[in-house]
Amino acid sequence: MSSFGSVPVKILYALLSIFIVMNIGLLLQGVTRKIYARVSKRIGIRFYQPYIDLVKNYFLRDLVSHGVMFYLGPIFRLTSGVGMILFIPLIYGSPVFSNFSFSGDAVLVLYFMFFGTLGMALGSGESGQPYSAIGVARGLAQVTAAEIPLILSFLAVFIQYQTLSISTIVGAQQGGFMHWTMITNPLATATALLAFLGSMMRSPFDVVLAPQEIPIGPPTEYHGAFLGILQTNRAIFPIAKTILYVNLFFGGAGNWFEFIIKAFLLYMWSVVVGTVFPRYRVDHSIRWFLKVPLALGLLSIIFLQIG
Amino acid sequence: MSMDDIKKRKTVGPDGDTIEIDPLQDYYCSAVPSVSKEYQREIPTIIERFRNWARSESLWILAYGSGCGAIEMRPLMTPKYDAYRYGIQWRPTPRQSNVLIVSGYLSLKTLRIVIRAYEQMPSPKFVLGLGSCTINGGMYYDSYNTINRLDHYLPVDVYVAGCMPRPEALLDGFDLLKKLIKEGKGQGADLYAEKFTWYKANQKKILKTWDMPDYSW
Repeated sequence: MSSFGSVPVKILYALLSIFIVMNIGLLLQGVTRKIYARVSKRIGIRFYQPYIDLVKNYFLRDLVSHGVMFYLGPIFRLTSGVGMILFIPLIYGSPVFSNFSFSGDAVLVLYFMFFGTLGMALGSGESGQPYSAIGVARGLAQVTAAEIPLILSFLAVFIQYQTLSISTIVGAQQGGFMHWTMITNPLATATALLAFLGSMMRSPFDVVLAPQEIPIGPPTEYHGAFLGILQTNRAIFPIAKTILYVNLFFGGAGNWFEFIIKAFLLYMWSVVVGTVFPRYRVDHSIRWFLKVPLALGLLSIIFLQIG
Repeated sequence: MSMDDIKKRKTVGPDGDTIEIDPLQDYYCSAVPSVSKEYQREIPTIIERFRNWARSESLWILAYGSGCGAIEMRPLMTPKYDAYRYGIQWRPTPRQSNVLIVSGYLSLKTLRIVIRAYEQMPSPKFVLGLGSCTINGGMYYDSYNTINRLDHYLPVDVYVAGCMPRPEALLDGFDLLKKLIKEGKGQGADLYAEKFTWYKANQKKILKTWDMPDYSW
């Protein structure tokens, strides 16, 4: 980190970057729903509909709690999204929007990525709704399966650059797209992109929410402001994950325009796959992750050791 | 649920100790609903108007059909009518929905479930009666096990008349509901809380065996 400003200023800029990311996330959600609708020949929701839904949910009058963990579930979930934003350098070279990134931030960010799922499992488990329990069981199984190739690809990147600092990894990729990890380590990038599909909660891997099977899985009992918090996280978290990928594999972002373009393109990767493929069954999706992505991930590490 | 499920009972726990369970106390909240502050105000505040606008533009429907009218709700999701563009979306759980559509005749067995679903929805919530059956019983007016007037049991905001009304009529009903909410007249939940004893008495009069808590949170 540079010696930019005092702590209050830093906190203000951190809040600003969370706000910007949330807006990008909400707009992308609206656009995505629109794309899904157009594919099925509908006009679809208005692109600003996610904003209205969010406002309405925060303003509902009743809140029914099922216990302490039920309260904490959504908060843990939001913590994971916000935590990732706080520790990933959003804009490379900007002392302001690097937020709180430090030399070992990659480990912390990986921890935050998993943390939300655990929080949600604890929270929705307390609601006592059977569909929540089924959803949580499916979710944890799939996250575990998708996490293995994901971690392997990240490890390949960490070994390649011999560092655990995201800023240093981005720095090493500067100077044209031929320096990006995408070109220098295509196997790890391919593995990571396949694992990316598993964590975006879109078909073919949306076994957790599975609208026509288990009404909507874990958040069945969540309503009002609880659901509002979960929706806020649904806006922040995918963008946080996307920008982590951009930093590790696609050369980072030098300004907000580059940030938005790269985040949009990477986000659309999961959307395009989601519109084309229907949902897998749970056992199929888990097996799928343990075949091609796992083999690719292992290969990428082996090649690094040889070469 | 049956009568036995809500009776007080004693169970032996895993450690060998006896636990007394009273389902109505332990599993449900016994508090009855109360009237909101906004309901008592003569003129709504600016913030309340903004909230009402958000509520009217984001109507989440409980995807539940009680009678034959449910078949008219499905085309609204299809490319031909596409209700999503008016901010109308379907939710699978009562906890997350704001609009309950009672689609057609309501048998006593279904009334039980509709009451529970309605009470689980967070307020402000709205009820839309679809079809003539909800107004005066329609073609089932002399049936032995359907109710005739829905608003004796739940506060109804909008009726869509017809047997069956076409999807266009349903969309028109949503338009009217939106207008009512924006004017601050979508106060069914408060009405229900205000006349709670009257509604409960009506419900208990027609459902002979009352095997659920008085207010299902």
